[in-house]
Amino acid sequence: MNVIILLLIASISVAGLFLGAFIWSVKTGQYDDEESPSVRMLFDQKPNKK
Amino acid sequence: MSKNSPIHSTQLACYHCGETCRDTDIRAYEKHFCCEGCKMVYEILNKHDMCTYYDLNHSPGQSQKIAVRSDKFAFLDDTAIQQSLISFKDDHHTHINFYLPQMHCSSCLWLLEQLHKLNKGIVNCKVNFERKEAAIIYDHHLINLRQLAELLTGIGYEPYISYHDLGRKKPVTDRKKIFRLGVAGFCFANIMLMSFPEYLGIDDRETQLMVFFRYLNLILSLPVFFYSAGEFYISAWNALKQKFLNIDAPIVLAIWVTFARSIYEVVTATGSGYFDSMTGIVFFMLAGRVLQDSTHRQLNFDRDYTSYFPVAVTRIKEDASSTVTLPDIQLNDTLLIHHHELIPADGIITRGRALIDYSFVTGETMPVAKEMGEIVYAGGKQVGGNIEVLVIKEVAQSYLTRLWNNDLFKTGTSNENSFVHGLSRWFTWVVFAVAIAAGAYWFWQDESRSWNAVTAVLIIACPCALLLSNTFTNGNILRILSRNHFYLRHATVIEKLAGINTIVFDKTGTLTAGTEMEVVYDGKPITPQIRKKVATLAAQSTHPLSKGIAGWAGQSLKDPFLAFEEFPGKGIEGMVDGDLIALGSALFITGKTQNDEASVVYLSVEGTLFGRFRFRNHYRQSVPMLLRQLQTCFHIAVVSGDNDGELPYLRKLLGQRSELYFNQQPEDKLEVVKSMQQEGKKVMMIGDGLNDSGALKQADVGVAITDNSNNFTPASDAIIEAGSLPQLYQFIRMCKFNQTIVMIAFVISILYNITGLYFAVQGTLSPMIAAILMPCSSISILLITFGLSNLASRRLQLS
Repeated sequence: MNVIILLLIASISVAGLFLGAFIWSVKTGQYDDEESPSVRMLFDQKPNKK
Repeated sequence: MSKNSPIHSTQLACYHCGETCRDTDIRAYEKHFCCEGCKMVYEILNKHDMCTYYDLNHSPGQSQKIAVRSDKFAFLDDTAIQQSLISFKDDHHTHINFYLPQMHCSSCLWLLEQLHKLNKGIVNCKVNFERKEAAIIYDHHLINLRQLAELLTGIGYEPYISYHDLGRKKPVTDRKKIFRLGVAGFCFANIMLMSFPEYLGIDDRETQLMVFFRYLNLILSLPVFFYSAGEFYISAWNALKQKFLNIDAPIVLAIWVTFARSIYEVVTATGSGYFDSMTGIVFFMLAGRVLQDSTHRQLNFDRDYTSYFPVAVTRIKEDASSTVTLPDIQLNDTLLIHHHELIPADGIITRGRALIDYSFVTGETMPVAKEMGEIVYAGGKQVGGNIEVLVIKEVAQSYLTRLWNNDLFKTGTSNENSFVHGLSRWFTWVVFAVAIAAGAYWFWQDESRSWNAVTAVLIIACPCALLLSNTFTNGNILRILSRNHFYLRHATVIEKLAGINTIVFDKTGTLTAGTEMEVVYDGKPITPQIRKKVATLAAQSTHPLSKGIAGWAGQSLKDPFLAFEEFPGKGIEGMVDGDLIALGSALFITGKTQNDEASVVYLSVEGTLFGRFRFRNHYRQSVPMLLRQLQTCFHIAVVSGDNDGELPYLRKLLGQRSELYFNQQPEDKLEVVKSMQQEGKKVMMIGDGLNDSGALKQADVGVAITDNSNNFTPASDAIIEAGSLPQLYQFIRMCKFNQTIVMIAFVISILYNITGLYFAVQGTLSPMIAAILMPCSSISILLITFGLSNLASRRLQLS
């Protein structure tokens, strides 16, 4: 049965990592502008002609 | 189709801004432009191989017809001003945030983020589209702040820098609620998972494992209890300090009781506790709060005069001009006010002829001509040439700024009193009664179960369903309204809107569209020839009334023989191809004063009076319809800073019962609203300019109207886009639905509660039932509120 306890601790730690990632992403302002990232990624980087 | 000749449209659209080109000569690289400004922007971009700008969107630019004064940003050379604007500076780089109101499409985003291609000094430019801000990092050895501002202006994105920005740090956005929600969600989901074995009846042999699960749940619930639920503790405590019992107080009580009982059960090994229910309800309630509060970050509801005033103006001292920031302006300073610049302080004109547009301050439509020696007030915009003004009052003491020293603007928002709080109080008493009754009953029957029964009642009957339905309905209604371009500052405004019974309109800019004028001619019929001559003469003057007449008369003569003289404040007179034509006031043309109701210009040809031009405000198309509709349910009033020229028309439109006030100063408007409130009316004020700001603040609901939500609006509770004004009636009805929807959801949740209470009073509420009931009631409340509010919006034909 100890294996279940082990698994639970593992799963909660993984979930905790995601919680940490969420808090980090909010803190660094990644949700401040919900509009531009979706547009920005579609811009092509033109090869330099010169 | 007999005729198949291709009809070439003579109208060419500007490649840059898409406006119709009147001139076909302005062209570059086989592309047409409406003005030199647009062409210049194109040339800059073309030179740097950045024409992708035009590929991403069709004619993405903004018209550049109104050229920006070349030394407009001279004040940015001042180090003190620089210091207060920039956010960070080291040896090489400077960081600055510019507000660029022209930003509107993906092309803008692309161009601004490619800024480093235009100038080597720019290291990085990152756009925040929602806020219309660009965070620019530049090398101050290669480009200075002024050049940067001018570069942006050169490509059509003029940074807006106001007195408001001076030395003020950006408010840090409060993300605490989001963190709390995240933590609550994490704990809730894990506790649910850990609780499953218990729900499904874990084997008795696995006691050790069961105990492990229970303690794990206890640990996981700690962050929710101590951190996430803090939101409710603070709110309840703040209300209690003001001797007000809001809805959060019974919720806090329920959370505490649940937590205490759960710990007791776990520690004494008598049960598994209700950690799942407690964390779940905290999670859902926080989600509702976040949804309700995530309003419009891009809009600013708190503007005062400082957002409109420039950072600095030009001061002339001993024939040398220098830049001076607004707080440093002193008495007896001489200021140079440029064309289209705002006058920052009351003063006397010492040089030049002023034509001042006070529409912003007083609501008058027509610019006022002022001569040397006359007083001009702060807030007026000079629309003539350059003038010099001797300051007689400092900025803080000026006529306009005095309005903000009114006590009204100092007091914070009053207690938010919502029907939800009253309802929750009533509900709480009922729950207490039930709890005591159940406790008493079990005390006689079976003492051991009485404690259980009391806590179970308190747990299951917390008014969280009410809070949930309220926050989610509010959130959804805010969203529906903003889809229709009606932006509320906060969810509490919904309820205030639902309660109003009087609507006060400002006239200029609210009922009428901007400063557009309708010209009506009456008098002798005018021949086409005379008409052309009138046009020729009127075109010579820059006075707005002349411009109006020129627009009415249409095409002017080509190469006329012309001699004319303009008499300031009176009129204009001239020989046009042999005819003596005069336009002007009654006194100027007829020699007698006339009692005219509105702005009137008389026309005489060869000394004989021909007729007169009347200038009427151009009402927004939808206004008559809207007013008729609103009249049936609301008391309507119009408060205008303008003269009473429109009185007969408005009287006809609004009927005898309405109140009409004219020539109202900003303070008068405030007083009008105040006196209505003293009569017990709930007033909604709709206005557009700074002149309405006092009334907007005083009113129960102040709504600022704007033609474009990027424009500046005075402080208000709500912002409405002019195009949505016709739907105002529907918006108010939508807000009235709010209460109904909350009540329906509440009644349904009570049904859940009664089911729960049925078990609770018997003292047999199993964790299993609690665990099923709680998410079920929460989720069904969400579905009901969303469904009903969307249904309501569809019935009101809102998008």
